[in-house]
Amino acid sequence: MSADLLPEHPDFLWRNPEPKSSYDAVIVGGGGHGLATAYFLAKNHGMTNIAVLEKGWLAGGNMARNTTIIRSNYLWDESAAIYEHALKLWEILPEELEYDFLFSQRGVMNLAHTLGDVRESIRRVGANKLNGVDAEWLDPQQVKELCPILNIRDNIRYPVMGATYQPRAGIAKHDHVAWAFARKCDEMGVDIIQNCEVTGFLKDGDRVVGVKTNRGTINTEKVGLCAAGHSSVLAEMAGFQLPIQSHPLQALVSELHEPVHPTVVMSNHVHVYVSQAHKGELVMGAGVDSYNGYGQRGSFHVIEQQMAAAVELFPIFARAHVLRTWGGIVDTTLDASPIVGLTPVENMFVNCGWGTGGFKGTPAAGMTFAHTIATGAPHKLNAPFSLERFETGALIDEHGAAAVAH
Amino acid sequence: MLLIPCPNCGPRDETEFHYGGQAHVPYPENPNELSDTEWSRYLFYRENPKGTFAERWVHSTGCRQWFNMLRDTVSYDIQAVYPMGTPRPDRSPRVTPESGTASTAPDSTTTGTAGPSTSTTSILTTTAPEGATK
Repeated sequence: MSADLLPEHPDFLWRNPEPKSSYDAVIVGGGGHGLATAYFLAKNHGMTNIAVLEKGWLAGGNMARNTTIIRSNYLWDESAAIYEHALKLWEILPEELEYDFLFSQRGVMNLAHTLGDVRESIRRVGANKLNGVDAEWLDPQQVKELCPILNIRDNIRYPVMGATYQPRAGIAKHDHVAWAFARKCDEMGVDIIQNCEVTGFLKDGDRVVGVKTNRGTINTEKVGLCAAGHSSVLAEMAGFQLPIQSHPLQALVSELHEPVHPTVVMSNHVHVYVSQAHKGELVMGAGVDSYNGYGQRGSFHVIEQQMAAAVELFPIFARAHVLRTWGGIVDTTLDASPIVGLTPVENMFVNCGWGTGGFKGTPAAGMTFAHTIATGAPHKLNAPFSLERFETGALIDEHGAAAVAH
Repeated sequence: MLLIPCPNCGPRDETEFHYGGQAHVPYPENPNELSDTEWSRYLFYRENPKGTFAERWVHSTGCRQWFNMLRDTVSYDIQAVYPMGTPRPDRSPRVTPESGTASTAPDSTTTGTAGPSTSTTSILTTTAPEGATK
């Protein structure tokens, strides 16, 4: 077969160049955020002499290990602003990147199971509307109309008492998102370098001037860290600390089924979130494991609890088989909000702490982080998400709206 | 799932325990004199090593006692269990300044068939808050 018949195969979407001895900027981490950052550096700031370094293969970390949910129904103004900007970018990116990544705006419901949930949810709908985010409060009957397979009977341990609903939210095909960004970055001259692990940094006083890798030393004027769960490891190499704890987060998929699940259902309280992938697998996620870990696997009891919750809410899943489970490493902060901004090291910038919600934020993380790297100052959307907020106390406490307990 | 060797009750499933984060984080000696930066370090900054980590666990559905544990955050191997208030055993390159001499707790591993040896480990019956003893 010729390459023309296989337009989507990743090998044909970007080059695999040798690293050059110097670049204007180096992005560490070739996942969604790193690729999006490189894309916006090239597109919005004309910086094309840049490299994205990935220690493994492109988008093989958390980008390949998430449940692909995209939504912007966050509580606080700062979060609503950055996630809603991301959602608006998701809506235009397939055309802009000239590559369809199957963004499906099938809506997301966040279920309420207790009176406290109901109050918090209705408050969040109000907050969303004030911030221009589409949001509705649904009673159990309306929930049932939108997702007929949901059990709304009141004889279960945590009955469905209603849900918030964001119609514009949805899912996208994560691999294609990464390939779309990578292909466009490559077209604009960005070097995407796989199997290139960062082993240290070169500094001139407090200023970073280069990156040491297993494929040689690369001089650069600016460094952007986009390594998600491994951000603490990189920061330590660079001589500073991040208020980050890394935890395993697991997800799983079932075998393929006919289309039965028309939307995305999340429940913070009984802790499961479910959507049906384009091919037909049921994709499910749960909460993080409590302990710190880098092992890309988690505890079985977390899956057990998640499945118990899923079967109670969706009785027809009782005989579905789990096909595979996997774990990603999420970088959590104490206020469940990301860190996107400057670091104590001059010309080094960090994008991390997205915890369990990094996928949905990909375009806005890339856009604002590119702005920060190019100009040396935060974009107005990421300015509140600075490292200094842990000193000033201006935290953005999104534990409720982050939806996955961490 | 981790099989955690509770120093009082023996090996039990992880579901019986709650995690308490990094061990050996002393409460500031002079809180009134801390700068904002120092407070932020105490409140929000914890070690996050890829490798051996000293952390606290409580056997919430068992003896309800807190204890410290050395665990590898990549392999999840449990390297040592030792009482609250004792220094971190010298078992890794990441040695904290206070450790080195006392308290080499018995080896406890996730695969260990023997119950935890309590003979050489004097488990504290009180759970002193972290920082009461550094």
